[in-house]
Amino acid sequence: MAKTIALVGNPNSGKTTVFNALTGANQHVGNWPGVTVERKEGQTHHNNQTYRVVDLPGTYSLGAFSEDEVVAREFILTGNPDVVINVVDATNIERNLYLTTQLLEMGTKVVIALNMVDEAEAREIHVDEKALAQALGVPVVRTVASRRKGLDELMAAAAATIHAPMNGHVELSYGKAIDAKVARLRAFLAKGDFPYPQGWLAVKLLEGDEYVRQMVSESSALFELKTFRQFWDETVIHAGDLQLDIVDGRYKFVGEVTKHAVRRPEVEVETFTDKLDRVLTHRYWGMPIFAGIMLIVFQLTFAIGQDFLGEWMVVGMDYVGEGLDRLLVTLNAPGWLLDFASNGVVAGVGAVVEFVPLIVILYMLMGILEDSGYMARAAYVMDNTMRAVGLQGKTFISMIVGFGCNVPGVMATRTLENRKDRMIAILINPFMSCGAKIPIYLVFIAAFFPTHGGIVLFSAYALGILVAFLVAKIFSKTLFKGEVSHFIMELPPYRTPTLTNVLRNMWDNVSGFLARAGTTIFAVVSLLWVLAVLPTGAEPYGPASILGSIGQFIAPIFTPAGFGNWQAAVGLFSGIAAKEAVVATLGMVYAGVEEGAALVTAIQGAFTPLSAVSFMVMTLLYTPCAATLGTIRKETGSGKWALFSAVYAFAIGWLLAVAVFQIGSLMGFA
Amino acid sequence: MEYLSLVHLKEGDTCKVARIQAGSSATRRLYEMGFNTGARIKVLKNDRGPMIVGLGGHKVALGRGLAAKMLVGRA
Repeated sequence: MAKTIALVGNPNSGKTTVFNALTGANQHVGNWPGVTVERKEGQTHHNNQTYRVVDLPGTYSLGAFSEDEVVAREFILTGNPDVVINVVDATNIERNLYLTTQLLEMGTKVVIALNMVDEAEAREIHVDEKALAQALGVPVVRTVASRRKGLDELMAAAAATIHAPMNGHVELSYGKAIDAKVARLRAFLAKGDFPYPQGWLAVKLLEGDEYVRQMVSESSALFELKTFRQFWDETVIHAGDLQLDIVDGRYKFVGEVTKHAVRRPEVEVETFTDKLDRVLTHRYWGMPIFAGIMLIVFQLTFAIGQDFLGEWMVVGMDYVGEGLDRLLVTLNAPGWLLDFASNGVVAGVGAVVEFVPLIVILYMLMGILEDSGYMARAAYVMDNTMRAVGLQGKTFISMIVGFGCNVPGVMATRTLENRKDRMIAILINPFMSCGAKIPIYLVFIAAFFPTHGGIVLFSAYALGILVAFLVAKIFSKTLFKGEVSHFIMELPPYRTPTLTNVLRNMWDNVSGFLARAGTTIFAVVSLLWVLAVLPTGAEPYGPASILGSIGQFIAPIFTPAGFGNWQAAVGLFSGIAAKEAVVATLGMVYAGVEEGAALVTAIQGAFTPLSAVSFMVMTLLYTPCAATLGTIRKETGSGKWALFSAVYAFAIGWLLAVAVFQIGSLMGFA
Repeated sequence: MEYLSLVHLKEGDTCKVARIQAGSSATRRLYEMGFNTGARIKVLKNDRGPMIVGLGGHKVALGRGLAAKMLVGRA
């Protein structure tokens, strides 16, 4: 069986880069059981041996502070990794080694990847890896993962460590008083039957770790001992007071280790990051620059993804459609199958697939911003604004993730520690216009505003943010009162994004989009096609079909918003299954209106510029898709919040769409 | 030794962490990120919005509310 390597490291330590460099294309993304923490796993080869590599969440510590930390430490303790590669950022070695000390306390086989040594050298931070290895008792390998340097040596060290006896068990001293308590606890714990190292359990109990305390308190064998009960009541229950001393103890150990192994310059070298930050986090310029960067992102997305590559996709899809038609005709396929293929599948799924290039470009640009370290600055410059609406800057990161897809956007709120922040962040996330809504705007842009694509798209995003802010403000005054939580965020140095990371991140998202096009959207389109051609006798895709009847039933609700036609109603209806299905459905019901009519032409006939705007406002804001609602249910732990989200978003979307249409009409727009 | 709150320091000042009087989870997080007793920090930005401080050569943004609860001594 393949040996297992677990990757552990601080956020921004380059752990993901190491993982991508080791596993290349051999990886898959999933979830850890029971939680929504992302699980990445892959394979790598060294000396003709295959190794399984598990990328654990990036954390500063292995306590019970967040789900991420619990997932990481559970895997280390009970997932039986054969070796742990601890990625350590050489430019920030003290804080990174804090995590290392916890790995050593856990009695794990560790190999240290001393990463970003090039950057450290540039800043005149010299790390003597031999002295470090000596002091910690574990192998230390210098790496520059972004340029694939040192990875062979790293794998060689990992392979050797797997077969070597247990290395580097370090006994930390936390001062006499705590050490005595640890010793006492260890003696007790030896009598229990725990699947964890006793020393580690003892320290965790004294740190007031809820998770470990719960587990030990369930041990009846220990609690039969009177002396243990007494010790527990007197010492362990109040042990949380010691947690800061224990953190200090670990840092003291790190200080001793680095005293001889790390040399820093007297005066810190001013870096490119410092210079850039002076502009990008400027008290007045920070915000306009951020807005400018986002505008450029959307303009570029449009110029490359739509105007340049999108055209080819349209041509390609037409070609596929004709080819499929010809194939079916030569096969003597029945007429209904021909219709299903061309008007159902090709018109429906094809309308979605045509937007793949655009989504590819958007995710790549977002990935570049993320990988360069700019996203943290965006959160920083947004903190003031977010505070004004009762939120904090970090919330903005979950909102930006929501621009891609609301499912990871809602999941990204996990980094918010306070419940109030988190609930509001979850409920406003669907107002962030996700990638799947882009095709809807694009069709309407092509129909009515072909020369102002970038600005319309930017406005959609801006309106989404504005509504999210207003709703957040209202929620923080009504549903979720309480204090705004603290803002603590690392601002990593700016780095040149690595192509592998950007492409990998893009592919993880786009493959999800494609998978949905092939499954959910295909299913929705098939179902809608059936509804559109039944009952027999009624004109297919016409108002008398089942689909037409459903649409006509819903449509009057939208008359005040200016798009009370049944096709639009059906489009919105299908969007609750998946937002991609809106365009797919429109493609299908309008393709049936007039043989050979392009969707854009059909839409020009069915909408006016004003009702197109109100329709876009509606699609931007109304009920989130089923996948997002499911995630909201999971993350809030309650179906009620998912239902609430579905209803209130619909109400807000409808009210604003009506307002746009009515006010626009009064002002003389059409 | 006299302690003062981190928010009162100016850009370019350096100091040492003495005590953090925030809630227990925020305090612990700060400690674990390296703002533990005796850690040397440098104020990089203190105008409006969160402060930016340098710690071990890295930058951390701290909300003003939190910075107010961090007591520091002159380094």
